[in-house]
Amino acid sequence: MAPLLLVEDLRTYYVGFGGTRVVKAVDGVSFSVEAGETFGLVGESGCGKTTTCHAIVRLLAPSARIVSGRIELEGEDLVPKSQGEMRRIRGRRIATILQDPMASLDPLFSIYDQVAEPAYYHQGLRGRSLRVRVKQLLDAVRIPSPELRMKDYPHQMSGGMRQRIVGAIAQAGGPRIIIADEPTTNLDVTIQLQYLNLLKDLQRATGVALIFVTHNLGIVAKMCDRVGVMYAGKIVEMQSVRGLFYRPRHPYTRALLDSIPKLGVREALCGIPGQPPDLADLPRGCSFHPRCPRAVDRCLDEEPKSHALNGDGSVRCWLPIGEPAANG
Amino acid sequence: MKRYVLVRALYSVVTLWLLVTIIFGLVRLTGDPVAMKAEAGADPAYVAQLRHSWGLDQPLHRQYLGFVSRLLRGDFGHSFEKSLPVRDIYFERLPNSLKLGFAAFLFSLALGVPFGMLSALKVNSWWDSAGKMVALLGLSMPGFFVGLVLIIIFGIQLGWLPVLGKGPSAVVLGEPSTWITFWFRDWAHLVMPAFALGWYFSGAMLRITRSGMLDVLGSDYIKLVRLKGVPESVVVAKHALKNSLIPVLTFAGLNLLVMVNVAIVIEVIFNWPGVGQLLYDALSNRDFPMVQGVVLMSGLLIVVLNFTIDVLYGYVDPRIRLSR
Ligand SMILES: Nc1ncnc2c1ncn2[C@@H]1O[C@H](COP(=O)(O)OP(=O)(O)O)[C@@H](O)[C@H]1O
Ligand SMILES: [Mg+2]
Repeated sequence: MAPLLLVEDLRTYYVGFGGTRVVKAVDGVSFSVEAGETFGLVGESGCGKTTTCHAIVRLLAPSARIVSGRIELEGEDLVPKSQGEMRRIRGRRIATILQDPMASLDPLFSIYDQVAEPAYYHQGLRGRSLRVRVKQLLDAVRIPSPELRMKDYPHQMSGGMRQRIVGAIAQAGGPRIIIADEPTTNLDVTIQLQYLNLLKDLQRATGVALIFVTHNLGIVAKMCDRVGVMYAGKIVEMQSVRGLFYRPRHPYTRALLDSIPKLGVREALCGIPGQPPDLADLPRGCSFHPRCPRAVDRCLDEEPKSHALNGDGSVRCWLPIGEPAANG
Repeated sequence: MKRYVLVRALYSVVTLWLLVTIIFGLVRLTGDPVAMKAEAGADPAYVAQLRHSWGLDQPLHRQYLGFVSRLLRGDFGHSFEKSLPVRDIYFERLPNSLKLGFAAFLFSLALGVPFGMLSALKVNSWWDSAGKMVALLGLSMPGFFVGLVLIIIFGIQLGWLPVLGKGPSAVVLGEPSTWITFWFRDWAHLVMPAFALGWYFSGAMLRITRSGMLDVLGSDYIKLVRLKGVPESVVVAKHALKNSLIPVLTFAGLNLLVMVNVAIVIEVIFNWPGVGQLLYDALSNRDFPMVQGVVLMSGLLIVVLNFTIDVLYGYVDPRIRLSR
């Protein structure tokens, strides 16, 4: 059976200065999401996670171009679709949660207005049944006394509460998949866990699939079934969460895991040495080689192809960890 | 909201008091009106009498206190030049200025707002470039220059439009029917001055509308509305418009008053008998009460409108409306 969402060799570039500067924000990304599962997308900021998400719903900045690739939702390619057709897919089949809850809600409209919109446009609900639906959605994200609070405006709510409203909006059109782009990055640490639990509960109740974007591996461990690790516009390693934590294959994944501070261990925090590359001017060969402790000559000239790991997953490296050096 | 309104009202009162004080001082820096009225070598007794009857022989603080206390009773004093109450002269001229100001205002809105929106919606397109050109022309070509060009082309060479004055229709105070003919008759006289006056402001309106709309269109909340699958027309007409119109309307409202009150150059060029011309004449004659009156009335209108806009703003924006 076809997966719920299949992204294949997606390339999305920002073209600026009359075509002289091309930022290869997404450069050959492939992954799939099955119904009901949570796929994680991790990587340092600036590696192209948000661009990937926006490309999937085809809501990109004017300077961005989807250069190639397929985005199949239930077997249907979204790339050739018109904006009018995409509108009927956004909110109804793919919903999105943005990073900053303080900026995601329109300050001039009530919570009711904003939560009702997807149900109004996608499910044709009106009047009483729309009200009932909004109340039920707010209940599901645990807004206390929803009948009262839905008359409120965004400024009357805390960040955590607003992000729950955004969660309710995401649910409102009855989507099969929700893209959550760093949904807890701007929340207080104490609220983060609450919100993650809420998302899990919603998922259990509705069977919706999640693409969960984060730069925090701790959250990945809690939320995700499978993970893609992104570096400089490419997915360099994809594995189940267990596999990724117990047997990372790409040196970048290894470095990310090593940079998680460990409780009770008094050693200097080791970040990853060096800087992420400029996506408009990528190094030759493997993009990671300038920072890679395992780099060999081949990594400097030739870009590694993605190859399947036995079992499940894939890695883009000439010399993956735990494999004999002989294959190079 | 109550607190917000009170604070705004307090600001308005303080602003007005400052204005009263400043204008009182400033007119007195323009020179001695008595010296202007009385020829050199005039009878000193006559000069002294003139000075006394205008109240200029009293010490400055006396003049100031008298001025303020009369103002509080709604009395703006008598014009030196015409010996009539300043208020009467002002209100006789005001309808003419309102007529010109409104026409110019409508013109600047009709040109600035839709083209500003279009520029923002089709950013970097042909429309946007055309909009930028128009705005630049509006801001860089002075109204009096546009006025003179119009006069030469349409008034003199083509002879299509009358060049001077406002036409014969007038308002009779207390007779509402005269207002209607006043507004709609003699429109041919209105076209050129309104265009020349509205010209500058339409460029400014266009810029403000465009940048306000662009800010809003680039915001996260508009992105989320689009991500909900709301039709693009609703995104623009409901969410983007409401959010971007608040600053536009604030600016437009103030523009209206500026156009009513300080269309001095345009009124002088077209010999339009409004308050701008009144102020011009009063300044040339050092007619202190007249200058003070016109400036204060303008200031009062601006402060009152500003206050009204602030309060309306409060009603549109729930962040203010629902505060205490
Ligand atoms: N509108 C844009 N125009 C040009 N470059 C952009 C734009 N948005 C993002 N980029 C660039 O694309 C790259 C990927 O950005 P993004 O997808 O936001 O990464 P992430 O979400 O992983 O932090 C970055 O190098 C960023 O500078
Ligand atoms: Mg991002």
